[in-house]
Amino acid sequence: MLSRVADSIYWLNRYIERAENVARFLAVNLNLILDLPTRVQQQWQPLVTTTGDRAFFKEHYGEATAEKVIQFLAFDRSYPNSLISCLQKARENARSVREIISTEMWQQINTFYLLVTNTAEDLTLADLNSFLEDVRQASHLFAGIMDATISHNESWHFGQIGRLLERADKISRIVDVKYFMLLPSVEDVGTPVDELGWIALLKSTSAYEMYRKRSKRHLITPAEIADFLILDPDFPRSIRFCLMQVERSLHLISGSPLGSWCNPAERSIGRLRSELEYLTVEEIIAEGMHQFLDRLQQQMNQVDQEISKTFFDLRSTIAPSSTQWQASSMSNQK
Amino acid sequence: MRFDTYNPEEFYDELFEDPQSPRPQGQGLVESIHQLAEGELLQRQRAAQEALCKLGATFNVYGETEGTERIFPFDVIPRIISAQEWDYLERGLKQRIHSLNLFIDDIYHEQKILKDKVIPEELIRSAKGYLPPCQDLNPAKGVWCHITGTDLVRDRNGQWYVLEDNLRCPSGISYVLENRRVMKSTFPQIFRKIPIQPVDEYPSHLLGTLMHLAPNTSNNPTVVVLTPGIYNSAYFEHSYLAQQMGVELVEGRDLVVVDGYLQMQTTKGLQRVDVVYRRLDDDFIDPTVFRANSQLGIPGLMEVYRRGRVAIANALGTGIADDKVIYAYVPAMIHYYLGEDPILANVPTYLCWEEQQLQHVLANLDRLVVKSANESGGYGMLIGTQATEAERQDFAQRIQDNPRNYIAQPTLCLSRVPTIVGEEFLGCHVDLRPYILYGQDIYVHPGGLTRVALKKGSLVVNSSQGGGSKDTWVLCQEKNA
Repeated sequence: MLSRVADSIYWLNRYIERAENVARFLAVNLNLILDLPTRVQQQWQPLVTTTGDRAFFKEHYGEATAEKVIQFLAFDRSYPNSLISCLQKARENARSVREIISTEMWQQINTFYLLVTNTAEDLTLADLNSFLEDVRQASHLFAGIMDATISHNESWHFGQIGRLLERADKISRIVDVKYFMLLPSVEDVGTPVDELGWIALLKSTSAYEMYRKRSKRHLITPAEIADFLILDPDFPRSIRFCLMQVERSLHLISGSPLGSWCNPAERSIGRLRSELEYLTVEEIIAEGMHQFLDRLQQQMNQVDQEISKTFFDLRSTIAPSSTQWQASSMSNQK
Repeated sequence: MRFDTYNPEEFYDELFEDPQSPRPQGQGLVESIHQLAEGELLQRQRAAQEALCKLGATFNVYGETEGTERIFPFDVIPRIISAQEWDYLERGLKQRIHSLNLFIDDIYHEQKILKDKVIPEELIRSAKGYLPPCQDLNPAKGVWCHITGTDLVRDRNGQWYVLEDNLRCPSGISYVLENRRVMKSTFPQIFRKIPIQPVDEYPSHLLGTLMHLAPNTSNNPTVVVLTPGIYNSAYFEHSYLAQQMGVELVEGRDLVVVDGYLQMQTTKGLQRVDVVYRRLDDDFIDPTVFRANSQLGIPGLMEVYRRGRVAIANALGTGIADDKVIYAYVPAMIHYYLGEDPILANVPTYLCWEEQQLQHVLANLDRLVVKSANESGGYGMLIGTQATEAERQDFAQRIQDNPRNYIAQPTLCLSRVPTIVGEEFLGCHVDLRPYILYGQDIYVHPGGLTRVALKKGSLVVNSSQGGGSKDTWVLCQEKNA
């Protein structure tokens, strides 16, 4: 398939997944705040931190209040990772591969986009919850439609890779922030507020029910939660699970068997996945949660870059000697 | 809704001969509409609009914010053409395309028509659409204009005229196909009753036309549709046609010339391309030969094309026949190349580069329509009857500055079709753009795009200027006739 098309399908899925995660973060925070004895203002700041775009927020909004953070994360068109911007970019990518994706997928993206743009006009705080629920559903619906209406060929796998890499990245960020937020205050350990915070973390990744079922002692402990969200092999919102699927898709694209590699993308994902396979949560905690997640994010970025170099950007691999105009054609790129 | 109070007035109405008496080909439709329950027609009109909207059948408007998409408004009252009338149009179009193709081939080879002084040589030299790099080019099978969308209109008497030939990248066929799909689900019972020629074969014919061009060396040719990208006004159509034909939709940045062949960049490396259906103007195709600053083109393509290693539809250089001054000479071409009388007439055209005609145009600006020779889409024109004095003066100046670039035509009183405006039927002016494919033979697609001017009294039907569209029904020949 065309490199540009593969690139668009990859990003289309990344953006939809990103939008879903923004909605998850917002929804959980809303619920968490309702349970807190005192409405602590700073509970909105960590949400901004999760995005990794604190500087942008500070410059445009100043202090983190509920209204400001919601506006920022959901409806700010000038912020490239807001819900609305994600949908707009997802739709733009979808338009550029309109003839590759199914009509059903295209219609769902349109519907999803309209849901967000129409709501952006006049949303009251009271409706926010149901709106965020709709966003999550719309994203699930898109994933389901994609699963059920196009062949599971190369395009599908590139979409899958985009979605799961994005998901793994977002899980790592939310674990990172919650760890930072929930652990350092010694006096809160073991208090109801503390446990609510961890439950919120699980819920924001739809992991609460599965965690309860899986955990042997049915207890909410930071280490076990981290273990579940980072290293569980079966839960679809654990980092290891996501990376296993990414690896699988990459090998189905190239046709090379798992356990070997035939391009740098396969090599970097294989290395990362096997590390997670033999890692224990104790080792992670010993390394330091933040340090570990930071390193993980960098490795995932590297996977993204290798994929891009291997499949999307061939200009770098065409021998320059065969074409003198190489230099001028580079400027064709956006 | 009923047609009881509908009045065709003094115009040629495509559906009604007189108030309350539909033309023979329209009787079935009028009866069916009268049988609908009160309010149903409006409800179906809304449903049809919604279906098109959901499909994302949109176009972009230049000059507005990038990426602004609009739905092309659709009206459910179709335009009907009888089998007999269609037969006449089909013959006329085939004749015209045949001779236009001979003309383009002649211009880029021997230029006999210039040597015989049928067309002044100076006109060709000064035409923007004439591309010297195409001289002596031999496109596959001698065909230059593979896809044409001729604009036809009817005047007050019902007489047909060719308004424009559109041999470069005519758009609109996707609306024809989508409008029909929506109409069939909106009025299934009418389609059962009236014998209407189907339109769905277009993508197959188009693919056949394109495959026919493939260089003989490849037995399984790769065909692509080349689009300028998602901000182009006809992007929806480019993507739609690629999808319907099952071929890749590519942008310039997907293509490279490597090892003397045109190739596309895929996830598995480079892959050779044999046929390009380009929806990009000549100027933009190859920055090393034409417009050097084109970001959309493919450097080196012209050379590959010249060597016959890739086919391009339409051929580069066909734009010469789209020049509105050259248009005026098409009847003469038909005489010259085919020795026949033109079946379809041209709209009488004044050429401003001839002094006498220029004076006539300047003296009658308030009654004429002035067009610049190379614009399309309703841009760069003046409708004298509706323009302000200031606009007319501005145009008079522009014409005098560059008379070669302007033509003028009498304001035609276009035929009308009843159209739902608000909650009533209003006669709205229409034109017709049939699509013609030139592969092994010349094929005229039955129907075409009927564009309708939705503003009351407006004569401009272009989508970019507030026009809408209708389904076009070409009736089947009576079996026992």
